Amino acid sequence: MPLLEMRNIVKEFPGVRALDGVSFRLEQGEFHALAGENGAGKSTLMKVLSGVHSAGTFDGEILIEDEPRRFSGVRDSEDAGIAIIFQELSLVKELTVGENIFLGREPSRFGVIDWSQLYHRAAELLTDLHLTIDPRATVGSLGIGVQQLVEIAKALSKNAKILVLDEPTAALAEGEVETLFTILGKLKSRGVGMIYISHKLDEVFRMSDFITVLRDGRTVGTYRASDLTKDKTIAAMVGREVGEIFPTPDHDIGDVALSVTSLRVFPFDRPNDPIVKDVSFSVRRGEIVGIAGLMGAGRSELLSAIFGAWRGKVSGEIEVDGERFRPGSPADAIRRGLGFVTEDRKRYGLILEQTIRDNMTLAGLDHLSGSFLTNQSRENVAASGMMTQLRVKANTPFTVAETLSGGNQQKVVLGKWLLTRPKILFLDEPTRGIDVGAKQEIYAEINRLAKEGLAIVLVSSELSEVIGLSDRIIVLYEGRVTGEFSRSEATPEKVMAAATGNH
Amino acid sequence: MVSGISVRAYAMIGVLALIWVFFHWLTDLIFLTPRNLSNLMTQMSVTGILAVGMLMVIVSGNIDLSVGSVLGFAGGVAAIALSSGYGLPVAIALAVLVCVGIGLIQGSLTAYVNIPAFIVTLGGLLAWRGATKWLLGSNTIPISDDAFKMIGQSYIGPAAGIVLGLVAIGLVILMAIRRARSLKQYGLGDANYVAEILKAVIPIGAIIAFILVMNAFEEKGVPVPVLIFVAVALAGAFLTTSTTFGRYLYAIGGNAEAARLSGINNKKNVVAVYALLGALTGIAALIFAARVGSSTPDAGTLKELDAIAACVIGGASLVGGRGTIFGACLGALIMASLDNGMSLYGLRDYLQDIVKGSILVAAVGLDMFGRKQS
Repeated sequence: MPLLEMRNIVKEFPGVRALDGVSFRLEQGEFHALAGENGAGKSTLMKVLSGVHSAGTFDGEILIEDEPRRFSGVRDSEDAGIAIIFQELSLVKELTVGENIFLGREPSRFGVIDWSQLYHRAAELLTDLHLTIDPRATVGSLGIGVQQLVEIAKALSKNAKILVLDEPTAALAEGEVETLFTILGKLKSRGVGMIYISHKLDEVFRMSDFITVLRDGRTVGTYRASDLTKDKTIAAMVGREVGEIFPTPDHDIGDVALSVTSLRVFPFDRPNDPIVKDVSFSVRRGEIVGIAGLMGAGRSELLSAIFGAWRGKVSGEIEVDGERFRPGSPADAIRRGLGFVTEDRKRYGLILEQTIRDNMTLAGLDHLSGSFLTNQSRENVAASGMMTQLRVKANTPFTVAETLSGGNQQKVVLGKWLLTRPKILFLDEPTRGIDVGAKQEIYAEINRLAKEGLAIVLVSSELSEVIGLSDRIIVLYEGRVTGEFSRSEATPEKVMAAATGNH
Repeated sequence: MVSGISVRAYAMIGVLALIWVFFHWLTDLIFLTPRNLSNLMTQMSVTGILAVGMLMVIVSGNIDLSVGSVLGFAGGVAAIALSSGYGLPVAIALAVLVCVGIGLIQGSLTAYVNIPAFIVTLGGLLAWRGATKWLLGSNTIPISDDAFKMIGQSYIGPAAGIVLGLVAIGLVILMAIRRARSLKQYGLGDANYVAEILKAVIPIGAIIAFILVMNAFEEKGVPVPVLIFVAVALAGAFLTTSTTFGRYLYAIGGNAEAARLSGINNKKNVVAVYALLGALTGIAALIFAARVGSSTPDAGTLKELDAIAACVIGGASLVGGRGTIFGACLGALIMASLDNGMSLYGLRDYLQDIVKGSILVAAVGLDMFGRKQS
């Protein structure tokens, strides 16, 4: 009897099918890794399992010990013995370790918390895991790695039978990773089933019994870990279908438009610990340079720093058209001919309650309209022209952005930046979460822009996209350049290897 | 966008008409007389001016709780300047500049030091009231300057009213023609003069009715405070709909991060909008002091809440990014109508407050309900 079985899970978001008939099995005491590129559907699958996407919002069945279950929320899945440890910690930093472990389930009598019992049980739990953590310590005072272990202790205090770990080592130091695996080994021997998600293939192979590979929302296959190698896993993750939807490149490459030397980008709150470490690269007119890398590799931070939008410290040299450029604000960058199609259109790109026109003309308002008085007729003409050029499907420029599909919203953001008439265009995840048709149209437009002589920097988590569009690819891993490939050299395997630090 | 807002505006005008008819009946046909309407318009002008500035602050995603106290303080400054013999121009300039300065300080604390606007201006609410008491020594300072009192108490006369009305009608027609022409100029279709002129019928009707009613009250014409309010409202409407500054305010309130990444200097614009509200608070303070004929330590108490309520009843979102000057002015008119009507009927003070509070909550509740439906 399998501990967990997920059958034919289909989950759709507006315009995209995130999961397309995925099935998954887990036995008692089994360590099962889930592998796949960003956006392959791993996190969505785990959200379905944990009730974050509640029953009814997806198709398919979830069975725990052969019994069909419907979770309407995280509480239900916890009651069924499923515990998930997400990438972002969900601990309350101001509370103590003990308080966090029993949050919402405090041992109490008549509503009064029995503190001695709470800390006694917390101490027992921690000792059981061979963790020397003071249950009365404030969580915020502990290192990120220790916090991660507290999170696991919390999950186990709920008597979890199934433990899901989503990139649990992302913030851990080497020694802490060892501690983590010791604990996981102990849990395995107690019969806890574990689902492990990580980009770090070394870790995946360390303890896994099985590896299931997902790609584009489908199961590529479930393999015995002993039957796979890292190379085979990468091949299964990336597939071999680059092409078709990408236009054939026909742009000429000209002079250097942007060059960056030894750029370091520091987080606002950690001025000694750069996210981007000594990155140098250049882009020429008419060239598309792709930046590949995993989440957290420093790609968006790099673009944001060059664009003058980064709030922390930045060091290094930037040259635009051979002249030194010190970006003080996005306005500076726009004035020098830079455009930045930001990631996450709803958070950074659009003002959702405003019209297509008001969104499209926002960044170039002073030259599209006027420096103080607006000329709305001119704006209307500019916006409707851009709507035609990018084939935005909406009746008028006065349609509210919120009501558009993801693909059309993305085109509005792209249109906003094209209306600033940039010479250098940054594209950060320009096709995230949009349907194939819109993707293809955006790809064609990117190519056309390169042909017109724009220098383009493309950041994407979709390997096929980076490889299909770029003339040159730079790979970042933990803030450093770990590979550079020309169009002819780049293969998904090579890029993925560099992006996972296996170069 | 266009149709959505006007549907809401018509609904509000309908509600206002209902309130008016109701009070007219309740007060034995006193409410809708020229005398009372002239009085009502004068009463709303202070709240209306504050609401225009407040709306822009709210649209940018901020709030100002201090305007009532600042209004009291500025009135005190003007009264003391006058009683110390500085003369009218100095008194006016001083009151307005003090308010602009306060706006700059509070705006900078919000934008550059990142103290939430609610906290900065809550502090301002207390501090400026205290400053007013200190300034006036807890006394009422009478204003004897007749020229100053005219700001709040005089009328422009019927003839000037008719001239102004004609000019306004001319402007409305001119704008309609320009709108029609620009359509053609930018290739968005043929110039449809008939449609544009038809759209201008309602505002022209409103202007004629307004001037006639104001002139009907003892041949006095439009009250000066109302004239100032109308000018402020028009300027505010122009600023929010026809300038890049206005567009930036909506962008900052709608999505501050997207606005910043689009090259907008959020901080500068937020400071500017606070300074603007400051200037309008100064103007409102002058009218208030001139109308009462004195400066008192508690002048303007709770005015900030009237102004915020007017904006919210007029459809502004306290999260930012949404709201119109027209809506805020209608909101101010509705609030003033309630005050006026209930006083006229002789409703007890405490009941008036309960009714106003309930109507504010109900209006926003209905609005939320309507939004959820659509």
